[in-house]
Amino acid sequence: MFRRPLDLPLDQDGSSKFLPWIIALMVYLAALSLAVAMAIGAVAGRWDQGLSGTMTVQIVPDISTNEPDQKRQAETTRALERALTLLRDTPGVISAEPLSVEDTYSLLTPWLGEGSLVDDLEIPRLIDLRVDPETGPDLDTVKRRLKGVSGVLVDDHGLWLERLVKLAHSVEVIALAIVLCIAVAAVATVVFTTRSGMAVHHGTIEVLHLIGAQDVYIARQFQFYAMVRGLHGGLVGLGLAALTLVVLGTLAGGIDLPLFPALALTPWQWVGLAAMPVASSAITMMTARITVLRSLAKML
Amino acid sequence: MVRFENVGLRYGMGPEVLRDISFGLAPGSFHFLTGPSGAGKSSLLRLIYLALRPSRGLINMFDRDVATLPRADTQDLRRRIGVVFQDFRLIEHLSALDNVALPLRVAGMSPQRIKSNVSELLSWVGLTDHLDSRPATLSGGQQQRVAIARAVISRPQLLLADEPTGNVDNEIAMRLIYLFDELNKMGTTVIIATHNEELVSRFNHPVIHLEDGEASMVRSPEKEGV
Ligand SMILES: Nc1ncnc2c1ncn2[C@@H]1O[C@H](COP(=O)(O)OP(=O)(O)OP(=O)(O)O)[C@@H](O)[C@H]1O
Ligand SMILES: [Mg+2]
Repeated sequence: MFRRPLDLPLDQDGSSKFLPWIIALMVYLAALSLAVAMAIGAVAGRWDQGLSGTMTVQIVPDISTNEPDQKRQAETTRALERALTLLRDTPGVISAEPLSVEDTYSLLTPWLGEGSLVDDLEIPRLIDLRVDPETGPDLDTVKRRLKGVSGVLVDDHGLWLERLVKLAHSVEVIALAIVLCIAVAAVATVVFTTRSGMAVHHGTIEVLHLIGAQDVYIARQFQFYAMVRGLHGGLVGLGLAALTLVVLGTLAGGIDLPLFPALALTPWQWVGLAAMPVASSAITMMTARITVLRSLAKML
Repeated sequence: MVRFENVGLRYGMGPEVLRDISFGLAPGSFHFLTGPSGAGKSSLLRLIYLALRPSRGLINMFDRDVATLPRADTQDLRRRIGVVFQDFRLIEHLSALDNVALPLRVAGMSPQRIKSNVSELLSWVGLTDHLDSRPATLSGGQQQRVAIARAVISRPQLLLADEPTGNVDNEIAMRLIYLFDELNKMGTTVIIATHNEELVSRFNHPVIHLEDGEASMVRSPEKEGV
């Protein structure tokens, strides 16, 4: 299968000279899409892990009553203490830490600016709650637990996280669909070049056929060159894709975005990318083989 | 070996080129196929080497009905038939040696055995100096000898030659017919289509004469008639 067949001068065909470059471009795009899909998948997984098991409990001051500020603050603080005690007594809770008033203010300053406005505002008190994702209480349990405390709001980021993870998965699916489209386009390209190669060498193919060559013998000639071209193109495309990913990784490393951990691929994912030239040569080879066999079957 | 029964052939919607052809070729026989230009000699040979199917009638090859022959078996039969095409059909980008080697490669012979077999045969037809020449650089007669070498290299059981002496002088034509004669003596069944009356009269072989799409069996002129 790997000995160079020479009955057909397929290495000199003008029409197929561009095939390695087209394949290189396709493998390049497919490798980038695949890398994006794999990286996004990993990021979504980390979001899930990083944020599941965290909840935020708010103690909202009751500003409807016309009590003096001092008293109301004392009530809020008391509610906070009660909530903390209750939470820390709940099995499966890893930690429940209140944010100090100053910390809470500093979270608000980007929106409200510094100064007296913030000082006058009655702001909720926050508790950062960490629970064991497996054995810990879920949102409803925590809510029920804190029923007696006034002004309690519990949020497990679920809705927000769910949307984000959904978005990430859609991006993943789209990226994989792009890889599939590229594969289909590659198959179509190989079918086309193989057919034109067969048209150019029609006379030679006919002679081979008339002296008794089996169809697979003729197909071997095409599939050999298709495989070589698929491999060449695949290697070039992979090289360019790896270069792009490394450059992107370096650039992304400079920006510190906690939600977007660097486009870091695991070794296995790199192996997956490295297999793309093998895949491209297998696809081009099989496509050429099937194309030739199918059109030869029409010959007498 | 070859048996035609009421075979008719037309190309597309055209007129019948061959009509009611019936004959049989015994294994080891040697026939000339004669007839004016356009009589259908090449067409008849195409039927025998399975490049065409008849429009009607029955063709039996190697005791198999070609109409019901599966594809893979067709190729097996073809490998037992050597053909010298009227227009040679040499492969332009291959050397004389590789052209002649083609039937052996197709049959899966090892490269070393191919090489020795082929160079021996090419020296036999006087082309030792042209083993590596491309067909385009050879004269018409030389190309014809390459085509003949390719047809006989695999020692076919049936040899078909369409005007194999059309491009060579009479002396070389004689030598080529002697080559076919040798092969015939070793058991190959031979059919040669030719215009060359002199050649036909020099050899004492039966003649199939085609005219107006019909075939008649003629004995060689020395032995008398019909
Ligand atoms: N591929 C084809 N399509 C249509 N008609 C054809 C085709 N090949 C041959 N013919 C017709 O069939 C008839 C017989 O042609 P064929 O080539 O068999 O004659 P021939 O006896 O070999 O002639 P020559 O001695 O000139 O080689 C001719 O009338 C020719 O026009
Ligand atoms: Mg003819």
